[in-house]
Amino acid sequence: MTPELAKTLSHGMRRIRTVEETIAARYSEQEMRCPTHLSSGQEAVPAAISAVLRPTDLAVSGHRAHAHYLAKGGSLKAMIAEIYGRVTGCARGKGGSMHLIDEAVGFMGSTAIVGGTVPVGVGLGYSLMLKGTDDIACIFLGDAVVETGAFYESLNFAILKNLPVLFICENNFYSVYSPLSVRQSHIKAIHEKVAGFGITTQDGDGNDAASAHEIITKTVADIRAGKGPAFLEFSTFRFREHCGPNYDDDLGYRPDQFIEGWNAREPIRQFETRAIEDGFLTLAGIDQMQEEIENEVKAAFDFARASDFPPAGEASQHIFANQMKGSWK
Amino acid sequence: MRTFANEIRDGLDQALSDDPSVLVFGLGVPDPKGVFGTTLDLQEKYGEKRVFDMPTSENAMTGIAIGAALGGFKPVLTHQRLDFALLSMDQLVNNAAKWHFMFGGQRNVPITIRMILGRGRGQGPPHSQNQQSWFAHNPGLKVVMPALASDAKGLLLASIFDPNPVIFLEHRWLHNAQTEEATDMPIPLGEAKLLREGDAVTVVSVSYMTIEALHAVDVLKEQGISCDLIDLRTVTPIDWAKIETSVKKTGKLLMLDTGFKSFGIAGEILAHVTESCWSSLQLPPARLTAPDYSESTSPALTKDYHVRAEHIAAKIGEMTDKPVSIEPILNQRGAAHDVPGTWFTGPF
Ligand SMILES: Cc1ncc(C[n+]2csc(CCOP(=O)(O)OP(=O)(O)O)c2C)c(N)n1
Ligand SMILES: [Mg+2]
Repeated sequence: MTPELAKTLSHGMRRIRTVEETIAARYSEQEMRCPTHLSSGQEAVPAAISAVLRPTDLAVSGHRAHAHYLAKGGSLKAMIAEIYGRVTGCARGKGGSMHLIDEAVGFMGSTAIVGGTVPVGVGLGYSLMLKGTDDIACIFLGDAVVETGAFYESLNFAILKNLPVLFICENNFYSVYSPLSVRQSHIKAIHEKVAGFGITTQDGDGNDAASAHEIITKTVADIRAGKGPAFLEFSTFRFREHCGPNYDDDLGYRPDQFIEGWNAREPIRQFETRAIEDGFLTLAGIDQMQEEIENEVKAAFDFARASDFPPAGEASQHIFANQMKGSWK
Repeated sequence: MRTFANEIRDGLDQALSDDPSVLVFGLGVPDPKGVFGTTLDLQEKYGEKRVFDMPTSENAMTGIAIGAALGGFKPVLTHQRLDFALLSMDQLVNNAAKWHFMFGGQRNVPITIRMILGRGRGQGPPHSQNQQSWFAHNPGLKVVMPALASDAKGLLLASIFDPNPVIFLEHRWLHNAQTEEATDMPIPLGEAKLLREGDAVTVVSVSYMTIEALHAVDVLKEQGISCDLIDLRTVTPIDWAKIETSVKKTGKLLMLDTGFKSFGIAGEILAHVTESCWSSLQLPPARLTAPDYSESTSPALTKDYHVRAEHIAAKIGEMTDKPVSIEPILNQRGAAHDVPGTWFTGPF
C-alpha cells in the first residue's frame, strides 16, 4: 500500500457509492424510468480493478454495470444522462441503466441478458490476441452467470486459445431473491468448479479493496505476460434490493446473520479505518475527497436533467449501420 | 374481483392438485414475489420436488423439461421475460417441436412454457420483445396468448393438459386486469372468442391488444360504428373459421398484434384472409402492430411506439369512411404513457 494507492481505492469506492446512493435517493422522483441495479456495497472490486486496468484494456459487463463502467473510466455524465433517458446518454437513451458503453475508455458494453456478454468478452480477447498487444479483456459477471451454458463454452474457448481474458466473478450469493443453494451444488465453490477446466483461479474477499487489488495486480500481470486467461471469484454483498432504490430485507430472503455479518465488513469503512491507522489516509483528506466527489456527482445529475430527450425520430434509427467502424488496420 | 395473475396462479394450483404429474419451475418461482404473484405459495403447498427454483440455465432447463415430459411428467416452465427464453430456442425448436414428428409419432412432449411479454417503463430492447411469430412459425409448437383475465385460467389448464409443447405468452400489462367470472374448465385451444358484434369491420386481436381494441370498439359503438371484435386466444392452432365468417360478413379486416410488423402473425392473417375471402373483401386487409424496430428505453422514444385505442379507432374510421372522435378514449386515460396503470410501479 502507498498513500497514492490508498487514495485511489478510497476515491474509487466512494465515487461509486455516492453515485449509486444519489440514484437511490432520487429514484422516486420517477424521472429515471428504467430498471436500475445498484452496486452499493460491491465497490471494492471495481475500485481495485480500476487501479490496475488501463484505458486500452477492454471490459464488458451485465445488468449491474454502473460500478464496472465507472471503474473503467466511463463518463459519469453520460451514464447518468442514459439513466434519465436523455440524448446525451452514453447510448443516446436507447438502452438505459443496463446498457452502458464508453468505447473511448475500453468499456465495450453491458447488456441485460444474464451471461450475454461473456462470449463477447472472450471474442474481444481473441481480437487482442490477434493484434498482439498486451492489453486484456475483462469480463464482469455475477454468480448466476456460471449457471449459463455460454459461460462454460466461452471458458473452454478462452483456455483453448490461451486468450488474454480476465473473468471477474462478484459472488454476492444471490440471483434476485434466489440463494446459491437453490441454483448450484455446494460441493465445490465457484472458483473450484471453474478450476477444473484448467484455468488459473483464485478467490478473494470482495469487500477488502487492498487484498483484491493485490490479487488483481498479480493476475493481470500474468495475463499480460501471455500466461493465458484467469478467473477470480470475489465474495461480496449487495446492500439494496436486486433492482431498484430500496432495501428489501423485510422480505426475509437473506438470513439476518448473513446481513449483519456483511454489514460489519462494509468495504469503505473497513478499508479507510486501516488506511488511516497505517498513515496512508487522513480524515481531513477523506472529507475533502468526498466533497469533490459530491460536486462531481451533482454536476453529472445537473447535466443529465438539463439535457434534452432524444428527438422522437431517433426511435426508429440505428437499426442498420451504413458505415464500417472500428475496423483493424 | 380476481386478477389475471390470480387466475394464472389458480390454474397452476388446480393443475398441481388434479394431476400429480404436473411440475412447476422457473427462476424465482418460489421467491417472495412469486413471478408477479402467479406462483405464490405453490411450493409450500406441493413441495420442493414439484415446485422449484432453477439455475439461470434456460436452454438446459427446457431440455430437462422435455426429458421429464418423456418420463411421464407435465412440466410448466416459467420465464419472467420471453427475452430470457430466447436462450432456449434450440431445445424448443430442435427438440420439443419436432420430437413427435421425427420419431414417427411415437411420443408427445406435454410441456408448457410460460413467457412474460414486457412493455414500457424503461424495459428496453431485450426486455420487451413480443416474438410470438418465432414460435408460431414452427410446426409442432402451439402458441397461446390470453387477453382476458376470465380466459387466463382456462387457457392455461388446456395448455398444461395438451399433449404438445405449448408456448403460453402472458403480457405483463395484463397481470392486473380484473374479472368477475372465472372458470375451472379448460378452454379448448384453437377457439377464438367473439367479444363484440357488428358489421362495420372485423377486428382481430391478440393478448394486450385486445384490451386496447375493446376500448376503441366500445367507444365507436356509441358513435354508431359497430365492429366484430375477435380475440384470437390461440395463435396456433388458429380459428380460421371464426375469422373467415366475420370477414365474409363485414368485408373489412383490421388485425392487431403486439409484435413487430414485418413477417409477423398479422401478416400471416392478412395473407390467409386475402387468399380465402378474396371475393368478400371491400378493402385491402389492414394491420396495426409494433413498428419494425425495437422498443427503446427512454420514455421520450416510446411515446408513439405502441398501438393504442385511439389509433385503432382512427383506423376504423378511415376504413369505414366515417368521422370518429377519439376524445372519449383520451379522456379515459389517467396513467403515464409507459405504464399500464398506476398499479404498475416497476421495475419489471
Ligand atoms: C438469461 C436471463 N435469465 C434471467 C434473467 C433475469 N435476471 C436478471 S438479473 C438476474 C440475476 C443475476 O444474478 P447474478 O449473476 O448473481 O448477478 P447479481 O444480480 O447478483 O449482481 C436474473 C436472473 C436475465 N436477465 N437473463
Ligand atoms: Mg449474484
